[in-house]
Amino acid sequence: MSAAESETRGARRRLPPMPQAFSFIGAGLIFAATLAFTGGAGGGQILSTALTFATMYVIVGLGQMFVITTGPGNVDLSIPATIALAGAVAMTVMGGEDGSIALGLLAALGTGVAVGCFNYALIRLLQIPPIIATLSASFLVQSSAIAYGRGLRVRPPPAFADFATGRVMGVPYLAIATLLLSVLMAVLLHRTVYGRSVAAIGQNSRAAHLAGIRVDRVRFLTYVLSAVLAGLCGAVLAGFSGGSSLNMGEEYLLASIAVVVVGGSSVSGGQSNVSGLWGASLFLYLLVTMLNTFGVGAGLRYLLTGLIIIAIITLAGGPRAGRA
Amino acid sequence: MPHPTAAPPPGTPFVALAAVAKSFGAVRALRGVDLDVRSGECLGLAGHNGAGKSTLMQVLVGNVSPDEGRFTVQGEDVAGRLTVARARQAGIACVFQELSLCPNLSVLENARIRHASLKGFGWRGRAARLITRTLDEIFPGHGIAPQALVSDLPLGQRQMVEIASVFAQGDHEAPLRLVILDEPTSSLDNSVAAQLLAHVRRFVSAGGSVILISHILGEILSTCDRIAVMSDGRVVDLREAGAFTRASLVEAMGHVVSHEAGETLVSAEAGRRGAVVASATTPKGGSIRLEARRGEIVGLAGLAGHGQTSLLVLLHNAAQGRSRYAAVTGRVAFVAGDRQTDGVFPLWSIGGNVTVRSLSRLGRFGLVDPAREKRLAEEWRTRIKIRTPDMDDNILTLSGGNQQKALFARALGSDAEVILMDDPMRGVDIGTKQEVYALVRAEADKGRTFIWYTTEFDELKSCDHTYVFRSGRIVAELGRHELTEARVLQSSFEGEAA
Repeated sequence: MSAAESETRGARRRLPPMPQAFSFIGAGLIFAATLAFTGGAGGGQILSTALTFATMYVIVGLGQMFVITTGPGNVDLSIPATIALAGAVAMTVMGGEDGSIALGLLAALGTGVAVGCFNYALIRLLQIPPIIATLSASFLVQSSAIAYGRGLRVRPPPAFADFATGRVMGVPYLAIATLLLSVLMAVLLHRTVYGRSVAAIGQNSRAAHLAGIRVDRVRFLTYVLSAVLAGLCGAVLAGFSGGSSLNMGEEYLLASIAVVVVGGSSVSGGQSNVSGLWGASLFLYLLVTMLNTFGVGAGLRYLLTGLIIIAIITLAGGPRAGRA
Repeated sequence: MPHPTAAPPPGTPFVALAAVAKSFGAVRALRGVDLDVRSGECLGLAGHNGAGKSTLMQVLVGNVSPDEGRFTVQGEDVAGRLTVARARQAGIACVFQELSLCPNLSVLENARIRHASLKGFGWRGRAARLITRTLDEIFPGHGIAPQALVSDLPLGQRQMVEIASVFAQGDHEAPLRLVILDEPTSSLDNSVAAQLLAHVRRFVSAGGSVILISHILGEILSTCDRIAVMSDGRVVDLREAGAFTRASLVEAMGHVVSHEAGETLVSAEAGRRGAVVASATTPKGGSIRLEARRGEIVGLAGLAGHGQTSLLVLLHNAAQGRSRYAAVTGRVAFVAGDRQTDGVFPLWSIGGNVTVRSLSRLGRFGLVDPAREKRLAEEWRTRIKIRTPDMDDNILTLSGGNQQKALFARALGSDAEVILMDDPMRGVDIGTKQEVYALVRAEADKGRTFIWYTTEFDELKSCDHTYVFRSGRIVAELGRHELTEARVLQSSFEGEAA
């Protein structure tokens, strides 16, 4: 991917050449360990399922990655609530009719735009730190989702559900669509003025301002982008799981941050990695699958998941530690 | 406050320096300083930015160890062995220009930091009494509560706390013998400044010593017993205070005034021509309005930190949106002087750092075109002679001077018509400077406007028009033919007129 090339070029002599390699190697090792345990059975099935779920991680991870890249302190914690609200809105607008799919998707994206604007209004106008602003916004958004959904479970239109669960030669449609989305985002990040501005702000926002970058505008767009992608994820997730539910976004709070960091993007901003998101998402899903296959209990599973994420971040992030 | 005990008779040297030299890399901050500070005297120290005053003070308090020379405290040779702790033992203390208080702590807690002997049960009470007693003595009617948080105090009161905690004499502490005051009155109003100067006189008449650094010449002339003038890392003049007048003091500071009247007269222009492309007033008021015309190089002079950088940032912001104080027609670019804070993107290549200001011009179908980006980077690599094998290398592989060139290339390679320069030649070698001067002149002749803040007088000679800043205001404007170092210094230092 051209993204990876330009990253390594820009970062020469400062970073390990392929920060995303860790996540892919990790995912590969875990997959191998799982297969060794099962004696090679069910490999294709595991991989296919992993691709589906990794896709969701990748969608929200893309938005979170842009936010985290704008520098220390920037993070979007309203992703789970946005997923819940957008999922409910999308399902209600579609109303089970194939003809309303496009409208429903637009409504989900529109929900994202609204949440993103609200987030940034809190951050910019009220000067609330992003972590608090997006967290408190998520309570409001989640309440809206509860009020809006009123416990109704609207089923997705058949065509949408087919798309969300369908596969071609074992590869989910979703994974193909998300791969295209990732390429688009990589282009946005590395080849547009907006993407370059995000990376510049993440390194030094004062210098970025003095280099003529409209810092506020770029940060605003970034929070909107993150919420829009969360909205998209909400619609897709609802389609995949036969209707939206209020808690379907829950696991994406930590997952969205974990895939960004494990995927080789810098926690301190300015440096991001699209392909690493895929490695990290597969890694994360396969890790849970492996522990399930081993028959590990829930408590131990969480413990091991946490420890392994810490380990991979330490390994991958080691050479970057010099930058405060 | 207990005054210095067992002070030696007035007039004997407390500290003596002979041929003290100190270099930081290629910069020779001190080039052989001879100076003594006697017991019972207040020694004034004057000189413009970069004369070596601050480095000299860092040597005296043990923060910086001199490379060469003799340095004695009360006759004992301490060269290379003076540490901060030993300097304090010897009774040397300094009130630094940048406040050294912790803003998140209260006044009395800050006093405790400086006075380690305030410990054990009830230290808060003792610290509060100590600092209040000293504040009462130096600044009667100060109105500062010892429990107040430093961040809640206005700047002037913080400075008072800083001064008082240095002068405070705790029990069981080495007696205070020498106090260095580095621009102590810059944030104090006149009456409080007078209280401080009166205290300085009381302190020295009790046998202590004070070194007073100030750019307010009236203050130095009226308070000090002797005045030393520093320039280019040396003491160039040292006389009894009575032997100086304001004029002779200014003259002594600018001893390097070059006599090129002929040259400047030739280029003296007949009035300013061209459309005004940028204008601004300082937010602090002042009657002079800065104006820059098309194709002009406008210099901003004065001592460092007197509002020049703020004005440049104001102009920069005015070009992006609206400003009450400034108006700019056309696009601007900014050349940072403080590279790490304002300029460099450390994760990017040299090329990336050069092109960041021009990305919107290098597009094709909304995407940045890598080939055009590379062409721009290569063009400036040759034009400004950035010394690197590959513009794709990280920016931090360059030396400071070459990083600065990359920042110049960023601005000059952009479409900006007005270029703001924030003392960009700091720490840049002379060769690079000459290259950049020529480039700036050539670009100005093509119609670009430069607004150039500089702390070096020689650079002002490249300017068509110069504005001198003092305390956040523009206090003088000089055309090219009127420019002399003495006039710039005179305007930078004059205190009472303001």
